[in-house]
Amino acid sequence: MAQTERQLDTPDTQVQISDEIRKTTCYMCACRCGIDVHLKDGVPVYIEGNRDHPVNRGVLCAKGAAGLKQVTSHARLRAPLRRVGPRGSGEFEEISWDEALETAAGWLKPLRESAPERLAFFTGRDQSQSLTSWWAQQFGTPNYAAHGGFCSVNMAAAGIYTLGGSFWEFGTPDWEHAELLLLFGVAEDHDSNPIKIGLSKLKARGARVVSLNPVRSGYSAIADEWLGITPGSDGLLVLSLVHELLRAGRIDLDFLAQFTNAPVLVDCDPRSPEYGLFLRGDDGSPLVIDARTGRPAPWDGERVEPKLTGHLRRAGISHRTVMEMIAAQYMDRAYAPEAVAARVGLPPERIRWLAAEIARAAFETKLELDRPWTDFRGRQHSTMPGRPVAMHAMRGVSAHSNGFQTCRAIHLLQALLGAVETPGSFRFKPPYPKPPEAHCRPHFRAVPGQPLEGPPLGYPLGPEDLAVDAAGAPLRIDKAFSWEAPLAVHGMLHMVIANAVAADPYPIDTLFLYMSNMAWNSTMNTAGTMEMLTAQDEEGNYLIPRIIYSDAYASEMVAYADLILPDTTYLERHDCISLLDRPISEPDAAADAIRWPVVEPDRDVRPFQSVLLDLGARLGLPGMAEDGQPVYRDYADYITNHERRPGVGPLAGFRMGPHGLQDGRGTPNEAQLDSYIAAGGTHGIPVPLGAAYYKPWNRAYQDWAVEIGLLDAPAPALVQLWSEPLRRFQRAAEGQGERLPPEPLRERLAAVMTPLPVWYPPLSDTPGVEENYPLHAITQRPMAMYHSWGSQNVWLRQIHGMNPLYIPGAWWRALGLQDGDWVRVTSPHGEITAPAARMEAQSENVVWTWNAIGKRKGAWGLAPEAPEATKGVLLNHLIPEHLPSGENGASLSNSDPITGQAAWFDLRVRLERIAAPREASPGFPPLRSPVPRPD
Amino acid sequence: MHPAPSLILFTTLSGLGFGLLAWLCVTLSPPEGMAALAWLALAYALCLSGLAASAMHLIRRERALKAFRQWRTSWLSREAWAALVTLLLGGGFGLSLLLGHPLLPLGWLTGLAALGTVFCTAMIYAQLKSVPRWHHGSTPALFLAYALTGGALLYGQTWPTLVLLALTAALQIWVWIDGDRRLARSGTTLASATGLGTEGSPRALFPPHTGSNYLLREMVFVVARRHLLKLRVLAVLLAFALPAALLLATAVSYFNFICLALYVAGVLLSRWLFFAEAEHVVGLYYGR
Amino acid sequence: MTDLPSHTERQLGLVIDLDTCVGCHACVVACKGWNTQSQPSPLSDQDPRGAAPSGTFLNRVHAYEVTPQTGAAQVVHFPKSCLHCADAPCVTVCPTGASFKRAEDGIVLVNESECIGCGLCAWACPYGAREMDMAEGVMKKCTLCVDRIYNETLPEQDREPACVRTCPAGARHFGDLSDPESAVSLLVEARGGMDLMPEQGTRPANKYLPPRPRDSWEGEVDLLAPWLEPVAEEPRGLLGWIDRTLARL
Ligand SMILES: Nc1nc2c(c(=O)[nH]1)N[C@H]1C(S)=C(S)[C@@H](COP(=O)(O)OP(=O)(O)OC[C@H]3O[C@@H](n4cnc5c(=O)[nH]c(N)nc54)[C@H](O)[C@@H]3O)O[C@H]1N2
Ligand SMILES: Nc1nc2c(c(=O)[nH]1)N[C@H]1C(S)=C(S)[C@@H](COP(=O)(O)OP(=O)(O)OC[C@H]3O[C@@H](n4cnc5c(=O)[nH]c(N)nc54)[C@H](O)[C@@H]3O)O[C@H]1N2
Ligand code: SF4
Ligand code: SF4
Ligand code: SF4
Ligand code: SF4
Ligand code: SF4
Ligand SMILES: [Mo]
Repeated sequence: MAQTERQLDTPDTQVQISDEIRKTTCYMCACRCGIDVHLKDGVPVYIEGNRDHPVNRGVLCAKGAAGLKQVTSHARLRAPLRRVGPRGSGEFEEISWDEALETAAGWLKPLRESAPERLAFFTGRDQSQSLTSWWAQQFGTPNYAAHGGFCSVNMAAAGIYTLGGSFWEFGTPDWEHAELLLLFGVAEDHDSNPIKIGLSKLKARGARVVSLNPVRSGYSAIADEWLGITPGSDGLLVLSLVHELLRAGRIDLDFLAQFTNAPVLVDCDPRSPEYGLFLRGDDGSPLVIDARTGRPAPWDGERVEPKLTGHLRRAGISHRTVMEMIAAQYMDRAYAPEAVAARVGLPPERIRWLAAEIARAAFETKLELDRPWTDFRGRQHSTMPGRPVAMHAMRGVSAHSNGFQTCRAIHLLQALLGAVETPGSFRFKPPYPKPPEAHCRPHFRAVPGQPLEGPPLGYPLGPEDLAVDAAGAPLRIDKAFSWEAPLAVHGMLHMVIANAVAADPYPIDTLFLYMSNMAWNSTMNTAGTMEMLTAQDEEGNYLIPRIIYSDAYASEMVAYADLILPDTTYLERHDCISLLDRPISEPDAAADAIRWPVVEPDRDVRPFQSVLLDLGARLGLPGMAEDGQPVYRDYADYITNHERRPGVGPLAGFRMGPHGLQDGRGTPNEAQLDSYIAAGGTHGIPVPLGAAYYKPWNRAYQDWAVEIGLLDAPAPALVQLWSEPLRRFQRAAEGQGERLPPEPLRERLAAVMTPLPVWYPPLSDTPGVEENYPLHAITQRPMAMYHSWGSQNVWLRQIHGMNPLYIPGAWWRALGLQDGDWVRVTSPHGEITAPAARMEAQSENVVWTWNAIGKRKGAWGLAPEAPEATKGVLLNHLIPEHLPSGENGASLSNSDPITGQAAWFDLRVRLERIAAPREASPGFPPLRSPVPRPD
Repeated sequence: MHPAPSLILFTTLSGLGFGLLAWLCVTLSPPEGMAALAWLALAYALCLSGLAASAMHLIRRERALKAFRQWRTSWLSREAWAALVTLLLGGGFGLSLLLGHPLLPLGWLTGLAALGTVFCTAMIYAQLKSVPRWHHGSTPALFLAYALTGGALLYGQTWPTLVLLALTAALQIWVWIDGDRRLARSGTTLASATGLGTEGSPRALFPPHTGSNYLLREMVFVVARRHLLKLRVLAVLLAFALPAALLLATAVSYFNFICLALYVAGVLLSRWLFFAEAEHVVGLYYGR
Repeated sequence: MTDLPSHTERQLGLVIDLDTCVGCHACVVACKGWNTQSQPSPLSDQDPRGAAPSGTFLNRVHAYEVTPQTGAAQVVHFPKSCLHCADAPCVTVCPTGASFKRAEDGIVLVNESECIGCGLCAWACPYGAREMDMAEGVMKKCTLCVDRIYNETLPEQDREPACVRTCPAGARHFGDLSDPESAVSLLVEARGGMDLMPEQGTRPANKYLPPRPRDSWEGEVDLLAPWLEPVAEEPRGLLGWIDRTLARL
């Protein structure tokens, strides 16, 4: 035994744990906290939070604090691998980097020359989407996206199309001033630490937290009020709140008139070709009635005072304000608490209580910041009136097939209260707000040997922007931006494999994946996906001929690739958390950050971004190769010298200006990374005080955003309560216009693409399903685990090494369950077995488990008998990637029909009690591990 | 509590050894000469192997001597001293026997010390408030009763043995029955452990770790109730009923190996139960 | 050594707010990290990648469910480490003196080089706050980060326990509980801080702040009703009300 015990009778209270601190950015989730990495003799020994970092202010979550175990994980890949056994077996040989890169280039070059769309390049929750997207664009394939399509695109899209910015990590409750916070379906979120810090601020102030969530753990556990809502019904609840608030006149008329499109005039004549579209002036801008003159005026006209109510007849066609449409729609008794109570799973009194509490919090006390400002119409305001009601929503709302409209409903509720970008409510983080018009449209025309004209992803404004051919067929492999998912602004990674194997809409040659565990937890129909990845044609060729994958660890997906490009871990590389992508801004500052190699890799691995640039250079991609020479030495060089637009590069801090260093726009500065390192890995550009609220309408903010390069021109925008883009698609579904959806999709599009928020039941709740599968089955993020990759972490896996299915008390008793029992869980798609556990603090007809704890045997460098594989549960086996096929047999994806967001939480199941089996099922043969594992 | 073999052996063997020593030293006609040596050797063998077993329970055995330090507060330390003193006194007394000049007062002192050692052993358990079943005056009483009974049986004191068997059996049965209520009586519940009793009754929901840990292995040992009852009956049969019946039936006065074997088996089982049945209040935190 | 000090000059300890703890386990891992990395002997893990991983942790977070007579069940996340008891039974049982309570600040510590690994102190602790390190064979427990709170190699603001420094929800507070004017004592006073297992007579230093009442909506229904007093029952009525209201402004 080691003789190294502590002598604590005279404890060494002066122990020096490190001789150096290097400040970089955490990677264990997308929150991207600042970390102080303590090194002793060059070896990292301890990680703690960076107190000066804007995101975490010194705190760190469990994953972040266990980061070193990720860096020293036994599951780390060690060298490039070439598959030698059959796909899926996990048999590989190590090869050199030169060989690996030549192989990849050899596969991709002919594709680029002939049919670039045959490369599907999809990335996971990486933090370099501005690079990967640009790479895809330069390669010329439209088949690119990151993980957003299966993550929370419903939030992103609903936010952008409605407010010009979204919840997710792009906005935040005003923790300093809110008096009431409503959380819809949030377990952890990307803003993990800021939400926790924020909640504690609210608690300290005595502000009230209300959580709407079928499960009362985590944030919901500490909420003052918990509403155990039935999954998939939030939209209905919110519209009922809208109903009540309208009836009671508890709405902010000033806000609605000035900052939303409530006063914009809409064509209300069903026979008119423009029915449902805005009345526009000669310059194309939507019109309002100016209260000063009683006459129509452009919405953004200088000093115009829009009138909330009113009619206007023009050329025989009558127009009404959006406010009138809102009144007409939501005053309907169909939205009364009594009418929605059963579906929502809450008593009518509870719903009415919530509406009243919102009204009270919003209108009882006057919150006003003494900050003069000028709005986009030139009107000067002497103060910033506030509205101390904040809302935040995440995947509990978004991971349903009605999530987009539900999220829009929440935004409608916020706007009715004047609780958007006002003190005490919801605040944007730069570069948001940025309305859809200020984003680009999707680019999808693949031309052999040529780059795309622009980025593959963008924000369609109407049918003309869809990625479909003349016949209406999808042009992207994932069918994003097709009639199946017109606003799939983050792509649809979850459909790529199924579509490619079905050659629907066409086959591909190479699937290039980066950090996405598509053979396991990030896929629907997991077992089926594994089969698809190994499916062969009659000649024995794989239906997806080539798979290239970059992972850092021995994940399940590794076994299914032909070529593995092993990545570094987060302490071993440069990364750039850029304002062009998903930055770490706060409402009061635009901020970006870097990672840098605080330790050198001890294996033959390379940072993926550098590898991607290398590959780009070998392929001669424009911007990456010039005269056969690589433009960038590596990613660090790219971060420093790449300019997306003149003066705008990956990092906004410490750029070169005419008078030395400057922030925002500026030419590249060779010492930029050093400056970031010296500054603690991050740099913020403060939002001027008078610009920090009312951002979408605040001249000072808009000018500042242009000055630092977030926008190219001021882009003030009203809250789009009535969404014209949606109406354009709906119109097409009604048979109007040039580009029409295929017949079988019209009914569904017409029903869901409503210009005002609606609620409809989840799409897979087809007749009979509810009776046979009476329980909703959902997952939650465990705070101490990150998707699949925490299980290799020898500390974290002790906290979550297996995951039972939590069953509500009533069902527990009805099924006669006892501690130690298991259940068979059956969905319309499949069945699994799971250890059962009882929980009373959850909604009546809901079962749940922690997400992604269950593991495939042999993966992650764990022993085959690891509890993750024998008692771990993965609900994904039960979730189909397609909706039950309709009358026409069409296979539509199990996603939101508007955005293509994967509908993970629409799952319904039934349970049977079973005796504890030896192991959880389904079981799969153990993977051959590419890394040594204990046996 | 985890029924560690080292502790079961320790308490059983040292109980027998010190019990025997007590009988040896206090009987009015102590053995002499080689017989004395043989008896003493047996008692010492039992005591020492018991103590050796207890040392096996230490992980850092090389530091075992440090256990003598804290006699002012620690029953474990006291037990170490008591054992040492007893063995030294017994050595002196033995010498006097060997030399044929029994120093009877020294014998009585040794006997007292031997019982004192058993008392200290018992107090290691009885002092633990955290284990309500043990935290009771009956714990030292029971340990002493077992030691005396075993010693008497070993030393062939038939009638005292029979009386002690009956008394110890009665005490043991009462301790089991009463012991079953002690956790509840202690007032320690999950509600008091968490302070969460005012709203309703708390219930363990998520364990801190899904895997096991030292606390659970050491302190949370759960045996099914129906097994317990069977085992208790078996222990009474082995330790008391059968030896007593045999003693009465055969009325062999001197050394009855079968009786002894049965008794020791019974004591081992009752000691197993002593540990296995004891509920540590930390189990409440884990919902056990 | 294992005599308890009759009086401690100060009694340092933690105050844990059950009202705000979200159960994130950050404090668990920060504790493991600090006590592993800062010391020559790590808090070991057995079978770390195998079927039954089990390691030494000085702080663990449970969760309990409380079902009231009426209303919805509640969940309380519940971190637990050594409570640095005034009448620490773990100290008095220790045969070697390895376990002791400091007179200067009330911290209960184990001097590992004196520990024989008998485990008795862990038995004596009713809270499960001591864990035998299976690699070292010695008892480990929360040190209240004695090697941080006085550590002059750390910046002043970092001289607090690792678990307190990291807690994102601000649910952990550190200070002198013997000083009635200290921030922690005031917090305990204001929020009705409580002892765990008071009947065990250990007199813990650490205090727990109970969760504030939840789900009090039913009592508010009447109070809030005026906020939903209808101004209109159908669209026209609402529009009329809007016009009238705006005209009044
Ligand atoms: N049932 C159910 N399924 C779900 C969800 C759910 O809520 N319920 N959530 C969905 C959501 S929102 C998401 S985002 C997905 C997440 O699912 P994935 O995106 O698959 O997430 P991870 O499991 O984290 O796996 C990503 C891969 O990245 C690898 N990796 C980690 N670090 C690095 C690195 O530094 N470099 C490289 N190259 N690779 C690395 C990991 O080893 C792992 O193989 O899951 C989805 N699936
Ligand atoms: N620790 C940790 N943090 C993470 C991750 C992780 O794996 N681990 N993953 C990151 C990723 S990729 C993402 S996308 C985010 C996701 O962050 P969250 O959105 O917080 O993710 P989920 O855990 O999926 O939470 C969904 C919540 O919604 C609830 N819910 C389910 N259905 C409904 C419903 O119909 N209505 C309502 N109101 N609630 C419902 C569930 O009970 C759960 O509490 O977290 C990120 N942060
Ligand atoms: S929340 Fe945790 S895992 Fe995510 S970045 Fe922050 S410390 Fe790292
Ligand atoms: S909590 Fe346990 S270990 Fe800590 S002082 Fe109290 S009794 Fe001792
Ligand atoms: S395990 Fe160590 S600290 Fe605990 S009582 Fe035994 S010797 Fe003392
Ligand atoms: S005070 Fe230090 S040792 Fe104690 S629980 Fe907190 S981090 Fe761990
Ligand atoms: S870090 Fe804070 S919030 Fe998280 S479990 Fe620990 S005490 Fe609770
Ligand atoms: Mo996600």
